[in-house]
Amino acid sequence: MVDWSGTALHVVSGKGGAGKTTVAAALAINLARDGKRTLLMEVEGRQGIAQLFDTAPLPYEERRIAIAPGDGEVWAMAVDAEDALVDYLATFYNLGRAGSALRKMGAIDFATTLAPGLRDVLLTGKACELVRRKIKRAENAYDAVVIDAPPTGRIAQFLNVTAQVSSLAKTGPIHRHAEMVMGVISSPLTSVHLVTLLEEMPVQETIDGIHELQRVNLPSGAVFVNMTRNPILDEKQSAKVRKGSLPIKKISEAAIHAGIRESVDVLAAGLLQEANDHVLRADLEARERARIDELNVPTITLPYVTRGIDLGSLYALAEVMYDEGVR
Amino acid sequence: MSTFKIDAPTFDIDEIVLNTNIHIIVCTGAGGVGKTTAAAALALRAAEHGRKVCVLTIDPARRLAQALGVETLDNSPRRVVGIEQREGSGSLDAMMLDMKRTFDEVVEAHSDPERAQQILDNPFYQSLSSSFAGTQEYMAMEKLGQLHAQARSEGIWDLIVVDTPPSRSALDFLDAPARLGSFLDGKFIRILTAPARTAGRGIGKLAAVGFSFFTSALSKILGTQVLNDVGAFVTAIDSTFGGFRERADATYALLKDSHTAFIVIAAPESDALREASYFVERLHADSMPLAGLVLNRVQEVTLAAVSREQAIAATEVLELGDAQQKLAAALLELHSERVAMVQRQQNVAARFTSAHPSVPVVTVVALPQDVHDLGGLRAIGELLAD
Repeated sequence: MVDWSGTALHVVSGKGGAGKTTVAAALAINLARDGKRTLLMEVEGRQGIAQLFDTAPLPYEERRIAIAPGDGEVWAMAVDAEDALVDYLATFYNLGRAGSALRKMGAIDFATTLAPGLRDVLLTGKACELVRRKIKRAENAYDAVVIDAPPTGRIAQFLNVTAQVSSLAKTGPIHRHAEMVMGVISSPLTSVHLVTLLEEMPVQETIDGIHELQRVNLPSGAVFVNMTRNPILDEKQSAKVRKGSLPIKKISEAAIHAGIRESVDVLAAGLLQEANDHVLRADLEARERARIDELNVPTITLPYVTRGIDLGSLYALAEVMYDEGVR
Repeated sequence: MSTFKIDAPTFDIDEIVLNTNIHIIVCTGAGGVGKTTAAAALALRAAEHGRKVCVLTIDPARRLAQALGVETLDNSPRRVVGIEQREGSGSLDAMMLDMKRTFDEVVEAHSDPERAQQILDNPFYQSLSSSFAGTQEYMAMEKLGQLHAQARSEGIWDLIVVDTPPSRSALDFLDAPARLGSFLDGKFIRILTAPARTAGRGIGKLAAVGFSFFTSALSKILGTQVLNDVGAFVTAIDSTFGGFRERADATYALLKDSHTAFIVIAAPESDALREASYFVERLHADSMPLAGLVLNRVQEVTLAAVSREQAIAATEVLELGDAQQKLAAALLELHSERVAMVQRQQNVAARFTSAHPSVPVVTVVALPQDVHDLGGLRAIGELLAD
């Protein structure tokens, strides 16, 4: 059981190709279950969420994109630094019109390019504003906000906004804003999850990522172990494969008897090779799994979806999360 | 010979790697597809077949970096020991890009020591040079330009293989340098560096009005200390980087050269192949020389004659039997899962090949383990050339 009822902000990161957008989307669906409302936020301008949900590109605006089991709602928005800065100027300084004039001149692009830390604090700042609606019990509050965040290698820097901004602004309003954002991000309201595959490099990045998060005092959440294969062979059967003591000829004969149309020799050679490949891979995965277990963080295991990721498989993965006890 | 079915012309890697008319190979593709490993494998193959090669890697895994002897960042190529000569007498040098240091060197090369120090000390420069999203891409290109010039003047290399940064989009490699160049040469730099009195006249009233909005908004959100730092940075960098865009343009021209070959790397997953598609289209639009696609980590079909349906039907019968029959059922289930995975991979690959029927493709079978040594790289090189 993974009780995240006290978590208002879920930051989902992971190595490229490990499926962090998919996991973030499935998590948003799962957490919206039973009449709740969640928001899925994109920050890298990739429009990966729109592709997953098969909808038009997301604007800088909260939109409902899916429903969840039991009358839940999943909302989504794509946040970019320029819009967030205009939004910020309008909200906090009543400078809405100036903001759009500045944008036309390229000034906002200039400011966010010159100070990448400013870009990050604007993106995380928007997420925190949405989270604070819940604290204030606002009518348009979300039960949880899920960010499809930058990859593991950049996540600590992305979230550690005060460190980024304080080298540029030691005092002043942006500094105070960064501290407010940091107050939310480093509190128990936030959980930073990492998505990994059971392969050497992604696992190493995950381990390094968790240490890095701990080093800067950010709250690490769970590790999502994604795309795991169905074990199929039990321990006894795997041991036979390892020892090379499979009665492969007899097995092949049994298979042919059950309707496989292939010669015994070809079938035996093919099945043996596939069994060896499978056990080799399963053993590697077990070794990587052990390295993750040593981390002593909650893990959530998700299956490989053979047919590929589509809207249907997002719901299936949300169901798996529910079965793994994610609430 | 791979049994992965793909309807595309065959990509003969050796025609590029061993072709002495090719002086630059750029390996590109989405993150997590094995780009760095492929670049290193191609470089090793070229070197072991007699070419004098330099490989520029961006972010290698620790053990691969150790194998290449580049685990320390010193921003200049080091000789790789342990290569085997197959033909001729080649050599392999390797380096890992140090983005900040490359940027610092550009600053030092283009300004007097005093001004260079001013820039290097400015907090905005430090932020820009270590974390701007496009800096890594720009610096990879900058370094490529430097290595190319060095290869020409000293004759130490006849092939440079470059890996590209793990960007969210493969296109960033082509776009970011122009973005950084236009940023540093841009309108706002000019506005900020122009004396206030000419701003009204020179750039027009609207800009001047916008500028006062800009400074007032910025000082509101950032405070005056920050604004002063911005001003100092912009003034210092303006006189240094007059030709920043020209440098980016020169490297861009190098990439269009007929002695350059782009190799796009992808895994048989829809995201990676979508990125590959964008990139192939972009190379075509910019008349850049695409050599072919490496489809990495494909699953092989074994037992091609046994269909998934046949295996599933037999599994259902055998599952109810004795221990031996149960084993047969399990192995057939493994087979049907494998066939399903191969079919899925072939389907996504077919989407790419039908959209780009003329792009040559080579597939590389998925290996159970990551590559950690020259032996592993050599094996990948052989799979690529097979």
